[in-house]
Amino acid sequence: MTTSTTNATAPPPSSTRLRPPRNPVDRRAVGWWTTNLLLLAAAPVAVLVVLGYLITPARFWLIAPAVLIAAVGLVAAAALPRWWFRVHRWEVTDTAVYTRTGFFWQEWRVAPLSRIQTVDTRRGPLEQRFGLATVVVTTASAKGAVTIPGLDHALAADIAEQLTLTTQAVEGDAT
Amino acid sequence: MSEQANAPARPTGAGWNELDRRGIPVAAIFMLGVAVLAGVPTAIGLSAISTTVALAWTLPGAAFVVIAGVVAEWLRHRTTRYRVGPDRVELHSGVLIRRRRSLQRDRIRTVDVTADPLLRVFGLVSVRVGTGERADDGTVRLSPVTRDTGDELRRTLLDRVGDGTAEGTLAVLDKGWIRYAPLSFVAPALGSAAFGGVLNVADWFDLAGGVIAWAVDRLAGFGLLGGIAVLVASGLAVGVIGALGLWVEMWWNYRLDREPGGTLRVRRGLLTTRSISLEEERLRGVDVVEPLGARLSGAARVDAVATGMATGTENTKTDHNTLLPAAPKAVADRVAAEVLREPVSPTEAVRLRPHPIAARGRRVRWALATVVVGELPLVVLGVLLTDVLLHIAWITAVVAVPVAVALAFDAYRSLGHGSVGDYLVARSGSVRRSTVALQCRGIIGWTVRQSVFQRRAGLSTVLATTAAGAGAYAIRDVGTGTGLDAADAAVPGLLAPFLERAPAPAPVREPVPDLA
Repeated sequence: MTTSTTNATAPPPSSTRLRPPRNPVDRRAVGWWTTNLLLLAAAPVAVLVVLGYLITPARFWLIAPAVLIAAVGLVAAAALPRWWFRVHRWEVTDTAVYTRTGFFWQEWRVAPLSRIQTVDTRRGPLEQRFGLATVVVTTASAKGAVTIPGLDHALAADIAEQLTLTTQAVEGDAT
Repeated sequence: MSEQANAPARPTGAGWNELDRRGIPVAAIFMLGVAVLAGVPTAIGLSAISTTVALAWTLPGAAFVVIAGVVAEWLRHRTTRYRVGPDRVELHSGVLIRRRRSLQRDRIRTVDVTADPLLRVFGLVSVRVGTGERADDGTVRLSPVTRDTGDELRRTLLDRVGDGTAEGTLAVLDKGWIRYAPLSFVAPALGSAAFGGVLNVADWFDLAGGVIAWAVDRLAGFGLLGGIAVLVASGLAVGVIGALGLWVEMWWNYRLDREPGGTLRVRRGLLTTRSISLEEERLRGVDVVEPLGARLSGAARVDAVATGMATGTENTKTDHNTLLPAAPKAVADRVAAEVLREPVSPTEAVRLRPHPIAARGRRVRWALATVVVGELPLVVLGVLLTDVLLHIAWITAVVAVPVAVALAFDAYRSLGHGSVGDYLVARSGSVRRSTVALQCRGIIGWTVRQSVFQRRAGLSTVLATTAAGAGAYAIRDVGTGTGLDAADAAVPGLLAPFLERAPAPAPVREPVPDLA
């Protein structure tokens, strides 16, 4: 009852939306994500298969979940990275860092350059193999960090340097 | 002097102070307490073998614990030195690993003084000096020092250039507020903890079975339902008494003052006294929290949303950022307004805009899903084992479904956002309704989240990230366009370059009511 009346008086819904950030991540990120997912699925599958080989009486109950995990892992590895590649985008303007990530739970993050506290690049072993790096931009907020994954590592270093220079010019403790 | 910076030995001489010597007897008494608490059950357990064996094991153990504690404290006392210089506060500590910490004085934001009963007997206090940083590196803990030293530290370290603001008291404890204590979730939690505690202690003496049998005997006269009712009632009674005790211990002698130089100071505590100081410069807003029980009886609590408040594990349990305990809503609104130096609290003045009806559907679905998940094990086990569980399942469902749906409707009614003056206000929650007023200058970024379900319903959750408080405050399940417009209006220019507005004439933004 109350809600229907409030709806009647409410102004028409606004159609403002966020536009996608300009730049896609590096194409190689698809390979990196796929490998990541495959490894993630392979670990439990390997354990289950070895156990199933050793423990004959419980073989069915160990191999069956292994097959299930392998199937889900393969499907995820085939589909998700391509989806992610379409969704993950980033942009650095003169005033802010802007990213879009996630598929099922999409997330847009904006951090103004004037509030940036640290800029790091991260490279895990897999990322190094694919020549990729992740840029992590933190602000004074515990929940305000912006990460840009799957960048070409030279580009990531450039971005980090550029951001560091820009933010050094800003005074104050950015809170 | 310059060698001091490099010398590994403890610094001595001008300006360097040591902690109070009486920390050593305090440690001795504390460790003795620990030894007794741990030793008695062990001794009783072992005395099943023989009394001599029990004493032979526990007494040397206890002596070792006490001596080790005293030695450790003595070493700590010998190696810890602090100095309050003109520009910095320095602390050198550590027995094996020497640690030096140095805080810039103009970055110091909080000086908290606490004293547990043991320290109070000796006239000592523990002082925690903090800068705005979240990390542990930003704090210096001096424990123990004398009460006078603690007060002096607090005054010197927080004494900025006095700008003539008058000292004033914002709130003092009204003993009647204790009526809100049993309404919190502390009461049932303490009640069930009491049952667990009794069984645990009984278990030490191998009596758990006996206690249960005794209780079953006693309750036999009441029948099944009567027995359950008596159990629940006695648990609640214990919980209520515990909640009242806890409230008295935490909030006795509570007062909220504004001190010269723009510092808010909360003082409270019966046995353990606490003094928490907060610079107003660090304040980014307030959170008016109404837990369900308090809300139904017209009460609310006021939390500070401030940067540099201790948010680590250390202090989450001591309600460091609570400015006012659950008190009548009118008092809470007045305190919120005075804390922010506004004529009316923005949480009151704002006209909250309701969120799309789709948000209600989501809440109803969550509520029903919670009930289903809760009932599922009962139903599965009921089908497999016994009909009794199926009956319990449908009876609880008959009660739980309306309650869950009512909470869902209430949660939807609570949803809203708006802006008034320089504040962005967002409200959500049913069991714990929270109305946050956040200063727009405190917003240092935006995060917009949308799940696949929200996307279908045209909803988003818009989070304002801030250096203060919880790090981010959410406008939950708002219509995507409306939420983005609100975010854009709150911090002009930040979000604008990334927004796409409809090609048709841009929607006229709702006129924002000034202080109503």
